Amino acid sequence: MSAPALDPVRTPSDEVAVSPAGRGGKQARTTPARFDTALGWSDRPSLGMALRVLLCVVALAIFAAPFLTIIAGAFSTNPSGSSLSFLPHHPTLLNMRVAGERGIWDYFTNSLVIAGGGLLLQLAVSVLAAYALARHRFRGQALVLTLFMLTMMLPEEVIAIPLSLVLGHVPVVGLDLKGTVWAVILPLGAWGFSVMLLTEFMKDIPTEIEEAARIDGVGELRMLWQVVLPLCKPALGVAGVLGFIMIWDQYLLPLIAAKDPTDYTVTVALSVLRTDPEVGSGVVLAGAVIALVPSLVVYLLLQRSLVTGIAAGATKG
Amino acid sequence: MTATVTAPARRRGPSKKAALPWLFLAPGLLLALVFKFLPMGKGIWLSFFKVRPFLGDKWVGLDNYTRVLSDHRFQDAIGHTLVLGVGISLGAILVGFLLALLLEGQARSLKIMRTAVFLPVVTATAVVGELWRLMYYPTSDGLVNSALGFLGIGPVPFLDNPDTALWATMAMGIWMAAPYNMVIILAGLAGVDRSLYEAAAMDGVSLWQRLRYITLPAIRPALGVVLTLAAIRGLRVFTEVYVLTGGGPAGSTDVWMTRAYTLGFSRNDLGGASAASVVLLCVTLLLTVTVNYFRKRGDVR
Repeated sequence: MSAPALDPVRTPSDEVAVSPAGRGGKQARTTPARFDTALGWSDRPSLGMALRVLLCVVALAIFAAPFLTIIAGAFSTNPSGSSLSFLPHHPTLLNMRVAGERGIWDYFTNSLVIAGGGLLLQLAVSVLAAYALARHRFRGQALVLTLFMLTMMLPEEVIAIPLSLVLGHVPVVGLDLKGTVWAVILPLGAWGFSVMLLTEFMKDIPTEIEEAARIDGVGELRMLWQVVLPLCKPALGVAGVLGFIMIWDQYLLPLIAAKDPTDYTVTVALSVLRTDPEVGSGVVLAGAVIALVPSLVVYLLLQRSLVTGIAAGATKG
Repeated sequence: MTATVTAPARRRGPSKKAALPWLFLAPGLLLALVFKFLPMGKGIWLSFFKVRPFLGDKWVGLDNYTRVLSDHRFQDAIGHTLVLGVGISLGAILVGFLLALLLEGQARSLKIMRTAVFLPVVTATAVVGELWRLMYYPTSDGLVNSALGFLGIGPVPFLDNPDTALWATMAMGIWMAAPYNMVIILAGLAGVDRSLYEAAAMDGVSLWQRLRYITLPAIRPALGVVLTLAAIRGLRVFTEVYVLTGGGPAGSTDVWMTRAYTLGFSRNDLGGASAASVVLLCVTLLLTVTVNYFRKRGDVR
């Protein structure tokens, strides 16, 4: 885990450098007072500053403003394309109520159960596997690593049809998982990314700590639980937040795991609301907002972990 | 668990110790086997059969493959998949790079900006689909259309017109992926040696040269990773299309995976759908291996 991406090392340099004319045919910058950004943005009021503020407003309008409009739409009476704005007009809770009547909270409960159970299983499985891969040497280690890598290359989309058959009849035990939350939770258990992330992190724990514990006669499980895990907290945070977002984003898996629409998660249920002739777009928006809130909460609480994880995953490949 | 005294973990001990890692690996391997590798094997198996419920499956060899590959709707879908995959990958890298340049810095206001701009990445695809469907509202009072109205461009029926639906889907894909790339590129930018910028200013090079010779080389490794991931993800694009257009209108946004889904779940042609999935799997594997090979060679140079 490198330093968080959002806090680059600060290098204060306030001396004003000389600025001869540029040689590239382009205009040279005239106030290179700061060197801590690629574009050399200055922090003093200037033409460049004004341009930057303007571009920031454009970026916000494109990437963040749409969220305000759906939230506003969800609390408006009869929102259509035209009445979309950043503030609800004729504010009302009617949409939420109708969405509730259509069973949105049942779908939401499905989602929460699946996200909670799936995340717990995913983390437990990943921690156990990572501990074996990082702290032990055994024959077939490279093969196991490759297998976990391969799971990342087999997303639900590619194996949807046979997976649907397997969920309907799990071999050997012969269970039919369809229509239960297990049909969504179990396939999410083995996520290669999470295993890799924790393995990389556990490799960096010094062996001295472990050896000292062994001399004190600590067994394997206690070693994992009391020595290794507490040192892995940052990595667990990253695996947790990325895992949650990955699970909440699942669409095809809950779709093929369901026996009938009542088994859907809240994200899949949005299409049920949309095709319902009796409800307007306001109710669909209410559903969308309900499906959006958990991701927002998790993201805003664990933002640092998430950004660290993405940056680290990128540098490691 | 018995306590093992003074036995370092790095030594191969008796058989009991050799079995230990496998106990820890068992849950993960079991789940991967049942829910990933078994379906994969089953899919490859089914792709050689005409699947008939109650009658037993009939071996048809490569029939499913020839049928899928010669089907003109699948051929159209290959084109759509490539256009979407390439467009979203490159578009998201370009926009992500611009966002990173714009929002680089330590000011508190910039941090808040980055947090806000990153929202599309953490939002579930299905929610994003609803959001964009609303923004693309086809009359002149839709969100995007009213913005275009300011520029004097008449209302565009984005998702209802076969000529524009694919581009509309691409815009949504770029919107979802660009902030993710922004974070990765920002991490690369943070690693640039500041004294280089200072030296560049001393030498009076232009902004363009500064970007070209200092910034770009620094973030090249990050860009390589982003491109690889995006290319592989692009090939199996499914949810984005499924929630926004469902492949319509008139099949103009049908991609490889939505085709396979329709074949398998709506028309019950499990053999054909499996063959289509196997083709995609092979292409993905090939692409990954090739990219890794070139990356290793690049590292050696």
